[in-house]
Amino acid sequence: MQRGQGCESLRLSVNNLACERGERRIFQDVSFTLDPGEALVITGRNGAGKSSLLDILAGRLHPASGTILLEEAGERTLSESLHYVGHRDALKAALTAEENLSFARDFLGNPALKPREALEAVGLAHAARLPVAYLSAGQRRRVALARLLVAHRPLWLLDEPTSALDTASQENLRLLLENHRENGGMIVATTHSPLFLRDAKEIRIERSRSSAPTGESA
Amino acid sequence: MIRSFRTLLIRDLKLAARVGGSGVMGLIFFLMIVTLIPFALGPDLNLLSRIGPAILWVAALLATLIGLDRLFQADQEDGSLDLLRLSHAPLEMVVLAKVVAYWLVTGLPLAVAAPLLGLLVALSPEGMLAMVATLLVGTPALTFIGAVGAALTSSLRRGGLILAILVVPFMIPTLIFGVSAANAAVGGTIPFMTPFLILAALSLIAAVVGTVGAAAALRSGE
Repeated sequence: MQRGQGCESLRLSVNNLACERGERRIFQDVSFTLDPGEALVITGRNGAGKSSLLDILAGRLHPASGTILLEEAGERTLSESLHYVGHRDALKAALTAEENLSFARDFLGNPALKPREALEAVGLAHAARLPVAYLSAGQRRRVALARLLVAHRPLWLLDEPTSALDTASQENLRLLLENHRENGGMIVATTHSPLFLRDAKEIRIERSRSSAPTGESA
Repeated sequence: MIRSFRTLLIRDLKLAARVGGSGVMGLIFFLMIVTLIPFALGPDLNLLSRIGPAILWVAALLATLIGLDRLFQADQEDGSLDLLRLSHAPLEMVVLAKVVAYWLVTGLPLAVAAPLLGLLVALSPEGMLAMVATLLVGTPALTFIGAVGAALTSSLRRGGLILAILVVPFMIPTLIFGVSAANAAVGGTIPFMTPFLILAALSLIAAVVGTVGAAAALRSGE
């Protein structure tokens, strides 16, 4: 029941998106479509607007122009159909890992894995009862990624998901992502290091011509 | 939707109870002001019992303000606010849950502690009862009005002072009617119910305007 509620036919199409922050054009003419099972990797220099693009998709920022359309979503809005894992982990340091996840599970709706199972899936079962404040940066990141598993949402937005993760966890994350795609999910991820996702689409975001001299910065 | 509301309410209550939470801070601040003032005024019991309700109300207002700047800022800083936006529950519901949780850990304890502190300012038994009633009905107004300011200053690094400047003027009517209701109960020319009902109305208006206003402020905050 909880698997793929209508997400088999879900389709995300983004048209001519442009982003402005503080009167400055960050990027423009970004278009892509995403079908179930597809992944999109966004690359670009620091400050090119990768995170801003994810923020727009997540509904945190308004685009300067362009449209985002989620087809076949039924009653649900875009923000109810996605998971967002950003630079900030959205974890409460005073609560334990398990409490953080069970909050997310109950709050987001469409529950999937139990918090314990999700923590096991990211290899943190032993830390379930520890307050998040005691965890390392990489462990926190893994708890935040475990949130993807506790509630079922077809679209995952990941902002540099591999940052602070060790090699084993990165491989584990890759398996989680591939598994999500096999179940008809969609992924949009920004990254600097390759994610090794099977035939993922890739777009590179460049600064608009008006600003900043071209040429690679060191 | 109700489930999301309840989940968030419980989470905030849990956070307030943990180390570093704002649970008892307001109450201790309230206690400090109310104990200091009799020392400053001297042992004039008639004077104390005459201005007692005003002291308790001003202390309650300040105690409500003291933790208010963290109401949304804490969630803004650690990214939880982004998570809270992803629910199918509207942002108004999120605001309402957080404000109710905040009131339960600050406003409610103040009202419950009022009789004890009333002893310090030589309140009569009727006066204590009136204090509990007015604080119980009036502090929600303070919290909801404060929530709008908290939402507006959530992304500011040190927003506490600006928050106070923004919301204190709007809290003045609540203060006036709270104190006058408490005074009316211990004697005076007007019946207790007249200012008390206006106080209740202020709380109800603040609950609607505060919830919608804070949600709008959070939406435009980014």
